[in-house]
Amino acid sequence: MADRLVTAGVYGRIVGSRLRSQLAYRVSFALDLVAQAIGQGIELFAIAVVFTQISSLGGFTGGEVLLIFGLAACGFGVADLCVGAVERLPEYIRTGEFDVMLLRPLGTLAQLVCADIALKRLGRVLVGLAVYLWSLARLDLPWTPLRVLVAVIAPLIGAAIMGALFVAANAVSFWVVDGREMANVLTYGSSFTTSYPITVYGPQLRRLMCYVVPGAFVAYFPVLALLDRPDPLGLPVGLRYAGPLVALLAVAVAAAIWRLGVRRYQGTGS
Amino acid sequence: MTTDEIISTDGLGRDFLVGTRLRRQRVTALRDMSLGIARGEAVGLIGPNGAGKSTAIKMLTGVLVPTAGRATVCGLDPVRRRRELARRIGVVFGQRSQLWWDLPLSQSFELHAAIHRVPAAAYRRRLDECVELLDMAGFLATPVRQLSLGQRMRGEVTAALLHEPELLVLDEPTIGLDLASKERLRAFLAEVNARDAVTLLLTTHDLPDVERLCRRVVVIDRGRVLVDDALATLRARFAGHRTLVVELAEPTGPLTGLPGVVRVDVQAQGLRQRLEFGRATSAAELIAAVARRVPLRDVTVDEPSIEDLVRTLYRH
Repeated sequence: MADRLVTAGVYGRIVGSRLRSQLAYRVSFALDLVAQAIGQGIELFAIAVVFTQISSLGGFTGGEVLLIFGLAACGFGVADLCVGAVERLPEYIRTGEFDVMLLRPLGTLAQLVCADIALKRLGRVLVGLAVYLWSLARLDLPWTPLRVLVAVIAPLIGAAIMGALFVAANAVSFWVVDGREMANVLTYGSSFTTSYPITVYGPQLRRLMCYVVPGAFVAYFPVLALLDRPDPLGLPVGLRYAGPLVALLAVAVAAAIWRLGVRRYQGTGS
Repeated sequence: MTTDEIISTDGLGRDFLVGTRLRRQRVTALRDMSLGIARGEAVGLIGPNGAGKSTAIKMLTGVLVPTAGRATVCGLDPVRRRRELARRIGVVFGQRSQLWWDLPLSQSFELHAAIHRVPAAAYRRRLDECVELLDMAGFLATPVRQLSLGQRMRGEVTAALLHEPELLVLDEPTIGLDLASKERLRAFLAEVNARDAVTLLLTTHDLPDVERLCRRVVVIDRGRVLVDDALATLRARFAGHRTLVVELAEPTGPLTGLPGVVRVDVQAQGLRQRLEFGRATSAAELIAAVARRVPLRDVTVDEPSIEDLVRTLYRH
């Protein structure tokens, strides 16, 4: 345990040194932050435009869709902030930097993620969080202890699932020379699909999102739990509360894929 | 494996699959390497480009999995116990940095010490020593990206030594350095090896590195260990003639009869002559002898290359 704490302290210092160097250029940092926030804001604007024409989307009102959107943005934003740096794996492999990571007494994934924490991505998280909290307040829900619990942990569960997705998808670069584009389809694609009620998609995509890439657990199911409303698809009620289990499973699968990838790298020595 | 061997390999080999899926070929980068290196030794792993040196180093440090045989370093399987091994060895890759590009050198050291959990007092002592011996005080506060290659290499070696490793592995540590930097680094490494009994394993392209640092040399070519012997024995087998290239002020006939010169090659109508001379003669002596005979414009000394050495070994 003490050993774990020391290791955590080491990662803390690496991250701290990264953050200091980013904050050294205050103006450029502020601009990056705003740009990220605007990027997220534009998607919000698109939803607002849609709802000037229609009153419900896939059986959900504008306020409810915003809640899904906000929660999805929180999950994606936190995951992107914490493990988004894994996108740069192809670069590390190409330059041989990955070898250097293998020579340190630390985990490769943790090093990769810590080496390039981009605080500017906080912009997305802030917009997501604002939309999430504002929607929750506006929907005027009765605050039972269960609902409070779901509201608090849902963004974290979403972040864990999206983070696992980031890692698993980008690990493809261990096998493919530049797997970044392929990975982006899954990660950014999921960021988009999780932002809307899954009822708007066809049955194939829905099945993919529920059981393969567990995107539906990022925002759709927790929002059903928060609203305590019937599922238009009539899926089992248990799924609404299965998020933590799904997240755990997703993280375990992602870790296993990563480990396989590292072994493959040591095997090919590309 | 005996306990005093810090590195032991048995039939260590590595194949690579190259080419596309349709035309895939198996290429052997290293075959059947069996070595035992005792604690405190200084061993030079030399050979031409593509001989398999880096492949060997990568397998010994846990970066690459062997396809044949096995390796034990510090009593550990390098790949399976990678992180444990990383605490006990220091590695310097001449062309890859382990320092943080955007941090001042001193902060890179601090982070490195934290990663290796070096106690504060030990860190201070070790750092002060390296800073003094490698003359780094002047650029400790400079971000790594602004350092010259020579300064950066001094930083790399220091970082690799902060956690007091039992074994220091250096892959082409002097590549691209100027003569003065090379010499400073060699002197430092020699001291680390002699005083702290840190085992040195270095790959190099540069024969003087080996002559200055290693008592034992392993020559690799085309994936095979060609020779594994004491440097003195190898030197006796290797003619290793140096060449003095003299640029003359006016065309001159072949400069024959100079002490120690075994071959004269006349170029540019006698304006340039290449004089091959044995190890027994010093370059200064020879230059003086030439200068007494004819007016000189310029001189350079060519050291025999690793390629020359390997060629000599094949002739035997």
